[in-house]
Amino acid sequence: MKAASVKNPSATTIAAVKAGLFLVCLLPLAHLGWGAWQDDLGANPIEFVTRGLGTWTLNFLLITLTVTPLRRLSGWHWLLRLRRMLGLFVFFYACLHLTSYLWWDQFFDWHAIGKDIVKRPFITVGMAAFLLTAALALTSNAWAIRRLGGRRWQELHRSIYAIAILAVLHYSWLVKKDLFLPVLYFALVALLLGMRAYWRNQERQAQLAGKYLHPRRGRVIPIMVKPGRLHE
Amino acid sequence: MYPIPSSEITPREIFERRREFLRAAAASFGALGTPALAGEKLPATSPPNLAPNPGPYSTRETLTPYKAVTGYNNFYEFGTDKTDPEREAQRLRTRPWTVRVEGLAQRPRSFGIEELLKLAPLEDRIYRLRCVEGWSMVIPWIGYPLSHLLKTVGPLGSAKYVEFVSATQPDAMPELRRRVLDWPYTEGLRLDEALHPLTLLVFGLYGEALPKQNGAPLRIVVPWKYGFKSAKSIVAIRLVETQPSTSWVKANPDEYGFYSNVNPAVDHPRWSQARERRLGEFLKRETLPFNGYGEQVAGLYSGMDLKKYF
Repeated sequence: MKAASVKNPSATTIAAVKAGLFLVCLLPLAHLGWGAWQDDLGANPIEFVTRGLGTWTLNFLLITLTVTPLRRLSGWHWLLRLRRMLGLFVFFYACLHLTSYLWWDQFFDWHAIGKDIVKRPFITVGMAAFLLTAALALTSNAWAIRRLGGRRWQELHRSIYAIAILAVLHYSWLVKKDLFLPVLYFALVALLLGMRAYWRNQERQAQLAGKYLHPRRGRVIPIMVKPGRLHE
Repeated sequence: MYPIPSSEITPREIFERRREFLRAAAASFGALGTPALAGEKLPATSPPNLAPNPGPYSTRETLTPYKAVTGYNNFYEFGTDKTDPEREAQRLRTRPWTVRVEGLAQRPRSFGIEELLKLAPLEDRIYRLRCVEGWSMVIPWIGYPLSHLLKTVGPLGSAKYVEFVSATQPDAMPELRRRVLDWPYTEGLRLDEALHPLTLLVFGLYGEALPKQNGAPLRIVVPWKYGFKSAKSIVAIRLVETQPSTSWVKANPDEYGFYSNVNPAVDHPRWSQARERRLGEFLKRETLPFNGYGEQVAGLYSGMDLKKYF
């Protein structure tokens, strides 16, 4: 058995990292909760909480999308084992964000909510992003992977790219004028998706040229992971 | 604001609050002279019903706390986050300050801020403020109708609109470099809107001089229009013949109209205007046409299609 290292941590280390990360992922919520407890959420606390939850949904989305490039650049393949949890935190914060809208913004006035979804592009896009996220969250277990089959499962879960774009659109359409932050998020999403496109293209060309070797590392690191090993 | 018939005994709650009443009154009288304008602010809990000389247009609704009025502001020259202006605006230099009143007037000229303060008696006016973003406040302003100033310069018959120009102090306003809006910030009103007795030239709020983030040393307040129509830190007022092109209309003419009257029936293209969140309240409330000032101002727009002239 190989000695544990940063590249190949022991199962215990990975479990500890996972548990630690779980707690870290709850910090934004704890921060909002503390602010509410201390009555320190500014003059418009409901808007502050709704926006804060939305921002953290987006942040976790970007963090989840960072796992693959980070793994590829660092060679730390165990990072993949954190991805499902991060993805589920996207869903968790998205649920809270949606609830804050349905409750504190619309007070469960389903007629008004329906009108909002039909009439307001940023609500339409936000809802679409949420439904896709829910689909991914519901199929995030081993049973769903077996049921769908690895390839179909993976195709479904590639919709996280669409979710990322919809989520940033949702954010940018809400902003009245100053687009600095939405543009920053757009750039990050473009970077994260662009890296994937670049690598895919390189691999495709290598395959076409009959070379199954990674140009720099001397081996191909498949973007597609073997079915059944997705969450290990 | 409470009617206190002289024949009757002072109501108990008034009697018990008389200290606050005296303090409010003192602060208000103090506001008449410039030095006291910089004086102590009233506590945010000052009861609205004890504001002295409330005038005919004051609402009796609960005041938005001072902290929210001065800590939650749109003043893009100092930042686009609502907590930016309170922090960043403190570098604004408000003395000396002159306001050019120019254009189509019989007697166009510049006014020093001290002169403007004495031009007409200051009044307390408690107005609702509705922001285009869907929140609202109730603010006790101190000022006098803008018409006093406009009548001093005498608008010519050809003057149809009034344009307001806000200050640009590049070293004090970090956002001027970013060109989020077309600087200087300009706003405008039709002359009859500007002359309406509700349109206020404002020098203070909550019994003290206008805080810088609220548009010191003087701004206008047009309570039946969305908040951005009420230009802050004004350096020029121009009487003009044609409708001025204002900063928000230039930024996005499909979303921000020249009139921008508060209208629950005309949505912002991206969000509904039917309801609003009054800061400090949990449930949203219905937005009223003309922000509840329809009785006073609806006549200004008779015969106009307010969906077209939004």
